[in-house]
Amino acid sequence: MSKGSSQRIAEALDKFQQEIVDDWIKEQFAATSARRDLMNEARLAEQSREFLATFRTAAQSYNFTDIEATEWSKPRALLGEISRSRAEQGYTPAETATFVFSLKQPLFTIMRRLSGKDYEALAEDVWTITVVLDKLGLYTTEVYQKTREAVIKRQQEELTELSTPVVKLWEGVLLVPLIGTLDSARTGHVMSALLEQIAQTGSAFAILDITGVPSVDTQTAQHLLKTVAATRLMGADCIISGVRPVIAQTIVTLGLTLDVITKSSIADALAEAIKRLGYTIARS
Amino acid sequence: MERIPILRMGEFLLVTIQVDMHDRLALALQEDLTNQIAHSRSHGVLIDISCLDIVDSFTARLLGNMASMARMLDAETVVVGMQPAVAITLVELGITLEGVRTALNPEKGMELLRAALRARSNEDGHAL
Repeated sequence: MSKGSSQRIAEALDKFQQEIVDDWIKEQFAATSARRDLMNEARLAEQSREFLATFRTAAQSYNFTDIEATEWSKPRALLGEISRSRAEQGYTPAETATFVFSLKQPLFTIMRRLSGKDYEALAEDVWTITVVLDKLGLYTTEVYQKTREAVIKRQQEELTELSTPVVKLWEGVLLVPLIGTLDSARTGHVMSALLEQIAQTGSAFAILDITGVPSVDTQTAQHLLKTVAATRLMGADCIISGVRPVIAQTIVTLGLTLDVITKSSIADALAEAIKRLGYTIARS
Repeated sequence: MERIPILRMGEFLLVTIQVDMHDRLALALQEDLTNQIAHSRSHGVLIDISCLDIVDSFTARLLGNMASMARMLDAETVVVGMQPAVAITLVELGITLEGVRTALNPEKGMELLRAALRARSNEDGHAL
């Protein structure tokens, strides 16, 4: 029975490919999700034609239930590509999935015409088409999501790299401007970057500036202290600068003791470091 | 059995660890160093660990112990040249080597020892 339905659909696809494609493209243009601002008609028509061609070839296998099978690898690859490019262009997931779902209408129309009055067979055909197109639609959404996740991950990595520069401020003085919340991953980054720089430049002082850290809780303080301890093990010392009144209050209220020199501004911290290095600043 | 050489440089003792520290070697070093301090009446010990890629908790504890023992024998200890990776590992292990002076390189370590000895002799001067 099921074989009969698959066969009917495959044959219809074969025979009426041109008609289906025209119908489909027309429908996509009519829909609000066409996004003419992002894609021109020629490109959309080309994508539709390409996809229907691979869909038709895959349909010759009469397998409409398992889109993981090898005969469906081509339509899937094509859909993945379309989905990825749309995700990057800024389509919504619904707009991306509609590309596949909108193929239902033209296919149903053809099958209805071919069925004559055999409603039993028509229902079966509609079901078969629905199953396969739903699966393909979900697949596009999945790819779309993965693409977006990859974008987010890349941005996150870039953000971590961006937000942990180590700057040489003076001979023997390094500055680490910390911006954003300090979690353990960030601290790890900061720590290794700072220690590498200390080893390379032979700096005796590192100024950790927490002006850009929105809040300090016990965990953040713990991370700061870890960085200070590692710096001391290397033979350098740390000064924490940019302690805002609110943060000072929080730290004391939490009952934490930061066993380091703390200053309220980078200027003060730099002056302290220079003094400890044995330099004096004089106005000429 | 292999031993880590302890060199005498003026009033200081110089220990450069260039092989992987295993526990028995570390214990032998501890014994040799204390003997040497007492024997040479040095007031400063510089331990260079820049060649060590791995420092485990035992070695770290022995470093701390050696500094304490040296202090009892009236000598200052400074550990120099710790690798960044070693520093990170020790901090993750919760070891901060309290009471051990550290410096970036032997030159700065020597400076630190001299400053410490100067400060000490000044104090003595005041006391006298």
